[in-house]
Amino acid sequence: MTRLDRLRELAPVTSSPVTADFYDRLIGEAGSFAEEGEPVDAETERECVRLVLREARLLDQARFEDWLRLFTADAVYWIPHVAGGGDPRREVSLAFDDVRRLGDRVARLRTGSAWSQVPASRTCHQLTNLEAWRGLRAGTVRVRSTFVVHESRGAVERSLPGWCGHLLRVEDASWRIVLKQVNLLTADLGLENMSLVL
Amino acid sequence: MKGQTRAGAANAPERDAPIALARLDRDFDHLVREDRVHRAVYTDPEIFTSEMLRVFGGTWTYLAHESEIPEPGDFRTVRLGLRPLVVVRDASGRVHALFNRCMHRGATVCRVERGSASHFQCPYHGWTYRNDGRLTGLSLPKGYGPDFDRSQLDLRRVPFVESYRGFLFGTINPDAPPLLEFLAGARDLIDQWLDRYPDGNVIVRSAAHRMVYRGNWKLALDNAIDGYHPPFSHRSLLEMAAERAGGSDEGRDMQWWSGDVDESPMYVQALGNGHTFADQRPAVFPSSWAQQRPQPGREAYEAALRAAVGDEKAEALLQIAVGSQMNLNVFPNLLLIGSQIQVIEPIAPDRTQLTWYATTISGVPDEVNVLRMRSQEDFLAFGEPDDQANFEECQRGLSIPEIEWIDFRRHAHTGTERRDERGVVTGLVTDELGMRHYYEEWKRLMTVPLRAVTR
Repeated sequence: MTRLDRLRELAPVTSSPVTADFYDRLIGEAGSFAEEGEPVDAETERECVRLVLREARLLDQARFEDWLRLFTADAVYWIPHVAGGGDPRREVSLAFDDVRRLGDRVARLRTGSAWSQVPASRTCHQLTNLEAWRGLRAGTVRVRSTFVVHESRGAVERSLPGWCGHLLRVEDASWRIVLKQVNLLTADLGLENMSLVL
Repeated sequence: MKGQTRAGAANAPERDAPIALARLDRDFDHLVREDRVHRAVYTDPEIFTSEMLRVFGGTWTYLAHESEIPEPGDFRTVRLGLRPLVVVRDASGRVHALFNRCMHRGATVCRVERGSASHFQCPYHGWTYRNDGRLTGLSLPKGYGPDFDRSQLDLRRVPFVESYRGFLFGTINPDAPPLLEFLAGARDLIDQWLDRYPDGNVIVRSAAHRMVYRGNWKLALDNAIDGYHPPFSHRSLLEMAAERAGGSDEGRDMQWWSGDVDESPMYVQALGNGHTFADQRPAVFPSSWAQQRPQPGREAYEAALRAAVGDEKAEALLQIAVGSQMNLNVFPNLLLIGSQIQVIEPIAPDRTQLTWYATTISGVPDEVNVLRMRSQEDFLAFGEPDDQANFEECQRGLSIPEIEWIDFRRHAHTGTERRDERGVVTGLVTDELGMRHYYEEWKRLMTVPLRAVTR
């Protein structure tokens, strides 16, 4: 199986889960990160935090295909310009990727000719302030964290802080990501080269 | 300008005598040749400073879109070159471009990006200005003697502000031609860009996408009129799109950028006054909607549109849910790319911010505008960053003093250009005529006597 075939398995090109109802639910889920929710039991919290930390490590290791496996088929990777997300039906974002477009993102990085990633970013995803609460829907968990992504790319070194909302549910006996919303501190300000995966 | 009514100019106090804008003492005929340009125009801090006075101010410069300040009191803070401005709609609906600078000791009076206000009060000593610039109050006025003339202390302004179909431009040069004359051949293309839409307008509503690169502002202008770079600079996007489309022409996007593009029906144009245009429309296949890379929500929203208005109307609406395939550049700082308004904002000789404003349109079902949001994210994520990486590497290469020239000779001597009765010159898509054209206007603005007024 070629790299592209594997990618098509992980990130099918045939359809998108995004519908009008999907946007409604997503806006509700994203809005829920602003408030504390009910706590989850200790074991669930441990497992969910483990997943979020694993995700960060996979990105730092540039294991993008393994990283894609952590997302559900209806997942969204979202980097808004508006704090907390706003309404993506009315706003453009730095990234608003369903799994299909996320697969495109990874495919482009793998071509080796994405000049904004030549040389490629080296990253340290640093996570703190982790909180885990029940999600709005049964069986889901919200994890809110503070992050700093330290990046070294060629001669440029910088750090991108913010807070992150992960919405998780169990699929195939593992916690997986339904929504990853990356809220950069400087989301609405001028940003250099945002081709890295946050 | 004689007999011309301008927004913000009626009932203004008598103008000061114009001042002359300083001219940098350089041999611009040496720096800007017929088909090449000296690296100094991209690197020299003194040239940059002079550009910020003469190019950004001495001619019409894009300030903001009227839809960003729809109601009386609405304002946006922007820059004219490096000068902070407040662009505001007063109580009567007239738009003013006020210098964001208290007449007392120079502090900015407005500190936020956008909002609504009837007055601006300086946070330092409380001087208060109405939103048309009039000084309406200051505390402890008996601290000023009998010669203190408050009528001379209104906020200064960009005295000439005009709008063309929602695009607000300003200049401080009393000798600038009327805006319509300045737009020259760009005017008809602005009309084409807008007349795709049922109501003939666009609306700026979404938060902006701001991209910063470590390079000179003119590198963005060079790229905006460049039909030579896509297969190379955007190689990763074209490869990825082809791979993911799995051999289909549908959803491949930009597939006409392969092979000898000079054999394609695409073209570039020099429109007059430094404005330029690159047209992909003749090459697009199978259709704008069909070729667009699939976006989140594509299937459901297309189905919803078809269900709502029927196939025929839906087909037409889907075509305007995606980009225009036009790249229209209004010198010096306004680029209409796809569906978006891009503004070039110089920061330093080697630093530039490009602000992209996604647009929505009225008179269409909501689904069309939702699709427009997703489609306007695509190129900025997967195409533009590679161009900007190349801009930064140009700036690095141009730091070498011993290698002096930037080469703009493509198709200058192949006899493939045509000039029409308006003076618009059309060339093959890889022709570098656009750069040669805007540099003529650049050189003019850097060298001719220019005057300025600020009220």
